[in-house]
Amino acid sequence: MDVPQIKKAAKVYDVVIVGSGAGGGMAAYQLSKAGATVCLLEAGGYFDPADPKYINQLKWAYESPRRGAGTTRAFGDFDAAWGGWEIEGEPYSAVKGTEFHWFRSRMLGGRTNHWGRISLRMGPDDFKRKSLTGIGEDWPLSYEDYAPYYDKVDDLIGVFGSKEGLRDAPDGRFLPPPKPRLHELMIKKAGKSIGVPVIPSRLSILTKPIHDRGGCFYCAQCGRACQAYADFSSSSVLCIPAVKTGRVTLINGAMAREVITDPKTGLATGVSYVDVPTMTEQSVMGKVVVLAASTCETARLLLNSKSARFQNGLANSSGVVGKYLNDSTGASRGAFIPALMDRKRYNEDGVGGAHVYSPWWLDNKKLDFPRGYHIEYGGGMGMPMYGFGFGMEGRNSIVPGRDGKPKAAGGYGADLKDDFRRFYGANIGMAGRGEPVPLESNYCEIDPNTVDKYGIPTLRFNYKWGEAEIKQAKHMQDTFEEIIHAMGGIALGKKPGPETNYGLEAPGKIIHEIGTARMGNDPKTSVLNKYSQAHDVKNLFVVDAAAFPSQGDKNVTWTILANSWRTSDYIIDQVKQKNI
Amino acid sequence: MKRRDSLKAITLSSLGFAGLNPQISAAESIMPPDVKPVKIPGGRQKFEAERDAKLNADKFFTPHELKTVTVLGDIIIPADAKSGSASQAGTPAFIEFMMKDQPQWQTPMRGGLRWLDNVCTKRFGKKFADCLKAQQIEIVDEIAYPGKAKPEMSQGVAFFNMMRGFVATGFFTSQMGIKDLGYVGNTPNQWEGVPADVLKQYNLSYDE
Ligand SMILES: Cc1cc2nc3c(=O)[nH]c(=O)nc-3n(C[C@H](O)[C@H](O)[C@H](O)COP(=O)(O)OP(=O)(O)OC[C@H]3O[C@@H](n4cnc5c(N)ncnc54)[C@H](O)[C@@H]3O)c2cc1C
Ligand code: SF4
Repeated sequence: MDVPQIKKAAKVYDVVIVGSGAGGGMAAYQLSKAGATVCLLEAGGYFDPADPKYINQLKWAYESPRRGAGTTRAFGDFDAAWGGWEIEGEPYSAVKGTEFHWFRSRMLGGRTNHWGRISLRMGPDDFKRKSLTGIGEDWPLSYEDYAPYYDKVDDLIGVFGSKEGLRDAPDGRFLPPPKPRLHELMIKKAGKSIGVPVIPSRLSILTKPIHDRGGCFYCAQCGRACQAYADFSSSSVLCIPAVKTGRVTLINGAMAREVITDPKTGLATGVSYVDVPTMTEQSVMGKVVVLAASTCETARLLLNSKSARFQNGLANSSGVVGKYLNDSTGASRGAFIPALMDRKRYNEDGVGGAHVYSPWWLDNKKLDFPRGYHIEYGGGMGMPMYGFGFGMEGRNSIVPGRDGKPKAAGGYGADLKDDFRRFYGANIGMAGRGEPVPLESNYCEIDPNTVDKYGIPTLRFNYKWGEAEIKQAKHMQDTFEEIIHAMGGIALGKKPGPETNYGLEAPGKIIHEIGTARMGNDPKTSVLNKYSQAHDVKNLFVVDAAAFPSQGDKNVTWTILANSWRTSDYIIDQVKQKNI
Repeated sequence: MKRRDSLKAITLSSLGFAGLNPQISAAESIMPPDVKPVKIPGGRQKFEAERDAKLNADKFFTPHELKTVTVLGDIIIPADAKSGSASQAGTPAFIEFMMKDQPQWQTPMRGGLRWLDNVCTKRFGKKFADCLKAQQIEIVDEIAYPGKAKPEMSQGVAFFNMMRGFVATGFFTSQMGIKDLGYVGNTPNQWEGVPADVLKQYNLSYDE
């Protein structure tokens, strides 16, 4: 060993955090602000949305040779995610007959650089599913425990929305919401006529500047990450400010391999990792270890951290690590709205996301499925990108031509060229996002046969949707058609039926995976206690969504942020009390 | 003003922060000295910049194929009073790039072009690009309308649907096409809601 490495090994940080996404970023921010020395290990590279090196915001379609196609980036050439459904040299597998898709971003800030910014609180009932419905699991905590943290997250990060007083979709401390776009007003009107509420979205985008960050300038491109820091990315809003405290040592390209434990005390002492640029084995020592590598990767780390004392993997005396993996359900439908043909042109980019959404509005007791969903909407006169104009042959005979006469589908020439203009901005899309029932039989485990390019054993998934989710998707499809008809629209494509589980997306596809190290009061059936502290290892914490027993139909990130803050406060408290 | 605020944030936060990160210099220093690095444009990852450079250096279409794509593209989107044609907007080069970027298109594209040439050779004794305009249109009319096409032309219909899509994307994502379409966003602005005259046109309001 050379000298610097010995020096490095000698340093013991107050806290070692693995992963810099929503969970890890918030922990690094809170713990460093409280005075702790933090080592933040991030497998991916450095990323700052404001550094021209990384900026794709405000680029035109034609600045991409593939016009924005998603060849190397799943959500398009300008999207801010480095990584995707597959990462070279980092495979995962699924047991035959089951399926799971795992989206990973490898970069400072993780998946929060390009996420949808939909920032929803879970409601009071979401925490009490078992008591209320007899299936699923209760959290060891209630909405009241989280409410103050949701409030603090709202104030620190910023979220717009409207006060609606809905029990299941609690109000936050909102910035003003942007006004609906034209198609969104039409959706709202249609929703009203059939009893589906359509209210302002709740997105972590600054319609008013706060805390030295810039205000939104309405480019609709949050997925590319905002150079004005006007939307929430963990990189810009949490990690970079945390590093500026001078107490955070950020190590990029640090792919954690295992949590190291003391064989005598059973406590965590640090983390071993592969330094990606040099492909060397390294480790860092810490008094507390916080895992935030994202739900499945955190389970992988725990399961791979085997020792004589922890033969089942770390913090896994219950055998529950990896189990109860669950992702939101998702189903969608598109429609063409004839009234929107030949639209007047104006800039309706707005924020990077829908300005309205539909929170769950029905009572599951009266339905044949146990959990609700919300609806997200799309549409408008966006920048034409790769894919524009494909499929016109399925569209341009639906309505008569300018001369009022019926048209043959397809075509070519000046007449077709004119059709593209006429149909521009006349489509809408709807996507349901529902709560699944967490099942023990849906899990990830270590694949006995495979390692990744770092020699780290990989994950194997075992996941199947149940009847509850399939029936929920069927209900979504029926609702979509009702809304479309109420708008005077024409649904596109064939209505998804039982042959496709009503268009229910494959597990993992909605990218709200949670549950693999769930918290609970009983150490036999849970991995963490209500402070996200491992039952088995008191200086080990999990601050990503692995800790969650359930997720409501509320995209999980706002709850990750609230829970990570709450856990950080507890760590500070326990250190002060000399308990850890 | 909002715009200035955000620009202020841009310059403040881009002041050399990334330069402080030791991993970046470490990554750069392990590159062997004899490899000439590809210039990485802003917003690209290194592997993407290298991949793009390689794709741009490769060629997919033969000169004859490229000519056919160009002729066909300009039949699909010709110049009119408002804007130029597909080829004037650079669409053939975009299609060439896509064939290399997403190789799954290569067989349907190359095969489709050959199908077209074969039909023309049988009927007119010449490949599509060498046919008279009227002959080209005669064939196009038989494959451009899926609902009316004869069963024996079904492969041509599938090819033409694909081509129509590529030409439309290529044209309307170009500078010329975006202007033609009237997309006026992608610029800092203040969203104040739907313009009053549009609200009126659709009989909608913000007060309900
Ligand atoms: C396209 C898209 C849209 C989304 N939209 C929304 C939305 O609108 N609302 C919402 O609530 N959620 C949304 N999500 C989900 C949201 O992104 C995640 O819930 C959130 O980012 C999870 O935070 P995290 O901290 O658990 O993990 P991540 O953000 O994934 O961060 C994990 C970090 O850990 C690093 N890491 C992983 N393994 C290791 C290792 N072994 N060693 C070191 N570092 C490691 C990763 O590189 C990554 O940086 C969306 C996701 C996607 C992909
Ligand atoms: S829509 Fe607003 S917050 Fe989102 S990237 Fe554009 S300017 Fe930034």
